[in-house]
Amino acid sequence: MSEEKHHIVPFRNHFFVLLALLVLTVVTVAITWTNLGPYNTTTAMIIAGIKAAIVMTYFMHLRFDHKIYTIMVVLVLALFAAVLILTFLDYFYR
Amino acid sequence: MHENQHGSHDVSYLEYQGKYKGLLGWLTSTDHKRIGLLYLYTILTFFAVGAILGMMMKLELLAPGKTIMGPQAYNGFFTLHGIIMIFVVVIPGLPAVFGNFFLPLQIGAPDVAFPKLNLFSWYIYIAGIILVLISQFAGDGPPDTGWTFYAPYSFQTGTNMLPAVLGAFVLGFSSILTGLNFIVTIHRMRAPGMGWFRMPLFPWALYGTAWIQLLATPIVGITLLMVVAERTLNIGFFDPALGGDPVLFQHLFWIYSHPAVYIMILPAMGAISEIIPTFARKTIFGYRAIVISTIMIAFVGYFVWGHHMFTSGMSGTALYVFSLLTFIVAIPSAIKVFNWISTLHKASINIQTPFYWAISFIFVFMVGGLSGLVLGALATDVHVHDTAFVVAHFHYIVFGGTGFAFFAAIHYWFPKIYGRMYDAGWANTGWTIMFIGFNALYAPMFYLGITGMSRRYYDYLPEYHGGNILSSIGAMILIIGLIVVITNLVRSARKGEKAEANPWGGKTLEWTVPSPPPLENFDKIPTVTRGPYDYSSEAH
Amino acid sequence: MHEHRDDTASKIGMWLFIFTEILLFGGLFIVYAVYRYKNPVAFHLAGEELNVMLGTLNTVVLLISSMTIAMAITAMQRGKTELSLRLLYITIFLAILFMVNKYFEWGFKFEHGIYPSSEYLQSLSRGDILFYGLYFFMTGLHALHIIVGVVFIGFVVYYIKKGKVRQDRFVMLENSGLYWHLVDLIWIFLFPLFYLIH
Repeated sequence: MSEEKHHIVPFRNHFFVLLALLVLTVVTVAITWTNLGPYNTTTAMIIAGIKAAIVMTYFMHLRFDHKIYTIMVVLVLALFAAVLILTFLDYFYR
Repeated sequence: MHENQHGSHDVSYLEYQGKYKGLLGWLTSTDHKRIGLLYLYTILTFFAVGAILGMMMKLELLAPGKTIMGPQAYNGFFTLHGIIMIFVVVIPGLPAVFGNFFLPLQIGAPDVAFPKLNLFSWYIYIAGIILVLISQFAGDGPPDTGWTFYAPYSFQTGTNMLPAVLGAFVLGFSSILTGLNFIVTIHRMRAPGMGWFRMPLFPWALYGTAWIQLLATPIVGITLLMVVAERTLNIGFFDPALGGDPVLFQHLFWIYSHPAVYIMILPAMGAISEIIPTFARKTIFGYRAIVISTIMIAFVGYFVWGHHMFTSGMSGTALYVFSLLTFIVAIPSAIKVFNWISTLHKASINIQTPFYWAISFIFVFMVGGLSGLVLGALATDVHVHDTAFVVAHFHYIVFGGTGFAFFAAIHYWFPKIYGRMYDAGWANTGWTIMFIGFNALYAPMFYLGITGMSRRYYDYLPEYHGGNILSSIGAMILIIGLIVVITNLVRSARKGEKAEANPWGGKTLEWTVPSPPPLENFDKIPTVTRGPYDYSSEAH
Repeated sequence: MHEHRDDTASKIGMWLFIFTEILLFGGLFIVYAVYRYKNPVAFHLAGEELNVMLGTLNTVVLLISSMTIAMAITAMQRGKTELSLRLLYITIFLAILFMVNKYFEWGFKFEHGIYPSSEYLQSLSRGDILFYGLYFFMTGLHALHIIVGVVFIGFVVYYIKKGKVRQDRFVMLENSGLYWHLVDLIWIFLFPLFYLIH
């Protein structure tokens, strides 16, 4: 893996990222009071997932770093998801 | 004596005196080789403690009824035996000793990526051990839950769970940091020209292991903290009275503890993959297949934990899926066995002590592995779960597997570590006695288990007496063998004949430096132009 | 023994450590998922007892603090040490603000007799006991990580003042930022799971 040139993120980019995150926060809070039935939790998790992806991609610099970091992150999250699913194979089918 | 500070290239790492001298020099050194030895001595000490505990258990089991101890004491013995053997000896085991010592040498690096963190890891390891020892003496009696700390008993028992559980937590932290260190080392510090597929198989094994150490251990960490919360705050996660599910504890515990057995076996397999080609004087058969198998074992190994819980009340779906995955994970291990055997085919074998250990490893590992299939199949598991059969299985795999590989590795790398050779006659005699004792000790347990003898009981029905006598005698023979082997090694470390740089004709980088190596490992970092185990005649 | 400086190694090391934290909290999220699945009604009702305003405020506070620490890195890269320090001070201030909110939140609950092993809590339904057990354990562990994060950033501030972290050598600042974003990420998931079940 080569040394990354140190890419400098302008201040305003950070600010716009924050804006996006705040908007999503407002959305997720607002949605709580609309009744989506069983999909409320799913929606909340999806929005949280998007916020998390934004934080990792921009604040944590994955967008501008060597691909290997993103690959590792994805694999670790996939591993966690697989473990969660396997655990639920027990609880869901009891 | 010797000139100190200068010429860290002239003086071996054993003799080098830096800012601190003597014992303090050893306790403050960030040199990976010294740290490897710090781990070696600690591990051997606690292996001896664990072995004595095991021997006491076998003495109790020599006859039905109370022989030398009652049930509470026996429970304390098998708990401590498990905690020490698993968390203090076998999980750190090969990575902490041979990984620390040889990873940098094998990849052509001067040290690991974070040498200070490395030393810190050893201190954390010691702190964990101290906590575990405290659990034996302070307060209300040694823990009696087994090393598996199952809920709800682990928060109901009056014995000293807190120091034991916290000790295990701290030991886990040491494991995580070692894994972190090795991953970065392998990514960043391979010598020029050493692409991933020119890396020897021991570093590959350490790499797979390191990822498991990193990603699996935190789960048991948090689970142990939850047990602490149960005991101190009645938090209710695993307490049925408060809405909790004890089986959830088992899930979380085994989500780590199954991958943990791959932490134990992968480096062992890696060491065997080093030894076989060296003594076959032939390149390893199927290098890539072994690499891929290593990664597959590490990966699939995360998804089989439920096979420890087949009788705990999981859903039918979970039972089938975990059983299927368990059979799948056996395949890459089998591939490795085929490859080792194939390496020996038409080879000109140099039969030396490490080779005896490596060959016997393959035998006992296969016995252990095949018995695992009996356990992995649902119908048969119901019959043998929690019997002596399981005890036989995991001792064949862990002691036979990791343990024998550890002895193979120490006899292989001993000349490099100490610059001296051990007495081969005594070493081989020790091996013979151990091999006989080992099989006499554990083989009867398969039969005892199938015919119904329970594990973790201080007593058994009279029909199991014969098998237990044989087994306990086997234990005594094994201990004698152990004494012979270890005495030989300890004596030879000080007084053995001087060894040359490459007594076995190995082809990996550690054999290109003096025995013992200088502090900085390499005068000049080598540039690698070929793969490992190159025994073709154009190679040096 | 000389040690070569390898910033990439440091950064990979930090990411690897972050993975361990993800798995650490992951275990708790598994426990949460199982118990919420088994006790949907109790979790719903208990969730409504938490103060959405305070939760949202805390979310906003942490998001802003992620921005300020990211900006601190930009400032350092541009050689603006004073600005970098000020942004770090703001980050720390926001962290303390978060902790103060948490203190009030937990205080409310304690006053109402709700805390692990309290008599009142034990008298509620099992789903309630699990919900609050998870609430205190997870937000408590998270708060512990905030404290660690503040200490880490504190060290970075110290090293900046000593000139050891500077424009041409700032991987420690970057790593403290990565750690801080992790703390933010955990809260991003804790927030809807505890406060937004309605």
